[in-house]
Amino acid sequence: MTRPAHASAGEMMTVAAARALKDGDRCFVGIGKPSTAANLARRTHAPRLVLVYESGTIGAKPGRLPLSIGDGILAETADTVVSVPEIFNYWLQPGRIDVGFLGAAQLDRFGNINTTVIGDDYADPRVRLPGAGGAPEIAASCREVIVIVTHSRRTFVEKVDFVTSVGFGAGPGDRERHGLRGTGPRLVVTDLGVLAPDPETCELTLTHLHPGVTRDQARAATGWELRIATDLTTTEPPSETELSVLRALEEA
Amino acid sequence: MGEITTLSDAVARLVHDGDTIALEGFTHLIPVAAGHEIIRQGRRDLTLVRMTPDIVYDQLIGAGCARKLIFSWAGNPGVGSLHRFRDAAQHGWPAPLEIEEHSHAGMANRYAAGAAGLPFAVLRGYTGTDLPAQTATIKPITCPFTGEVLTAVPALNPDVAIVHAQRADRDGNVQIWGITGVHKEVVLASRTSLVTVEEIVDELEPRPGAIVLPGWTVDYVAHVPGGARPSYAMGYYDRDNVFYQAWDDISRDRDAFQAWLRSEVLS
Repeated sequence: MTRPAHASAGEMMTVAAARALKDGDRCFVGIGKPSTAANLARRTHAPRLVLVYESGTIGAKPGRLPLSIGDGILAETADTVVSVPEIFNYWLQPGRIDVGFLGAAQLDRFGNINTTVIGDDYADPRVRLPGAGGAPEIAASCREVIVIVTHSRRTFVEKVDFVTSVGFGAGPGDRERHGLRGTGPRLVVTDLGVLAPDPETCELTLTHLHPGVTRDQARAATGWELRIATDLTTTEPPSETELSVLRALEEA
Repeated sequence: MGEITTLSDAVARLVHDGDTIALEGFTHLIPVAAGHEIIRQGRRDLTLVRMTPDIVYDQLIGAGCARKLIFSWAGNPGVGSLHRFRDAAQHGWPAPLEIEEHSHAGMANRYAAGAAGLPFAVLRGYTGTDLPAQTATIKPITCPFTGEVLTAVPALNPDVAIVHAQRADRDGNVQIWGITGVHKEVVLASRTSLVTVEEIVDELEPRPGAIVLPGWTVDYVAHVPGGARPSYAMGYYDRDNVFYQAWDDISRDRDAFQAWLRSEVLS
């Protein structure tokens, strides 16, 4: 069998995010792309990945993709199921989780995330979004955070309208000042490439472009002047196994 | 205590205009039928509390029952936005909706403090976000032992807690298993409570991972099979994911929503 000619941009994003998870990691998973990526990782290179969902299911091993964070299949396949106060207080807050996986409606160059309102006036928003959910404390307390988000000027903005979850705040030292014990965003995985914070400035820098994507496309989809790593590399395209497992998951 | 009655009787006795009520269930065991009964009884000016206001609160808000919403994530899980909630928050239809917004960790701790009889809870949360500037019920607090600055949130003690559960016995002892969310905390935190159940049985057989709320912690138990639909009740029925998708269209338009309300809830 030959490799399928094209992985879609969305498939490339999911595969790139899955690769960022290491075998044995304990991963706090949200629904949608994070859950798809985490389940793909568990079925490929990271069979001992521990999936933790905010519904209180720890060590879930779902045979199909869950449709919500409280899908029954998570409880049925978990090592243990705990209450919601317990999942946040005993498991997330003390730093027992390695990786938190978050999405964003808006994201700025320091990886701060908005999922609350679009518009300048909180009391009279242009768009009312769902809000915080578990994200502020996931962003604060997981050892590190991976953000998975579609790359566009609407999302990648100079300044987020509302800080729902803190990335690096206004820059170096801000996490420590706020008493946030995790190290913050390690990667931002998009449909165009991968960004990582600069170790000195904490500013998100483009480190990888997915196959077929140009620097100009990434710049055009970013609402600030995008910094590009000097050693910018092309993401390894999805392997035959990654793609077939991902497609089987999404079809099931 | 633990009195077994009908849904309409329990709601009529417990829920009054202007009350603060919490219908809980974290994706699982959401007391949707009880929400519909509150709409039918025409309650107004309610303060609705719920971590994840999903379609049952979208319905209560769209039906004009709510004055205020205390919450941490308001969406249609796996589908998108709550259109009735958005219409109320953005356009004041059918009535203006005041909001008090938290994170899940904050809400869970507020219930836990309420259950524990404490005035507030302490957590590592919210710092660096814009939430404390908008929500008066998030304040810094200094640890008297270490000097560390943490976050305090006040206890939630609703007038009424309503949850759905798998089963109860004839003495009103309630058994719940699978994802139990904040069921125990909200019942213990609230001044009064109603549990709707799939089944009333002679004896509760032990179940792995199940919690039991003794009948003396619950005011009323009502037998409402299917009372969590379109959410699910582990061991009884699955989530109706098709309805959650369909809700997106029904709720997007005011007229379509009102037609749905008339045919599915009020008639």
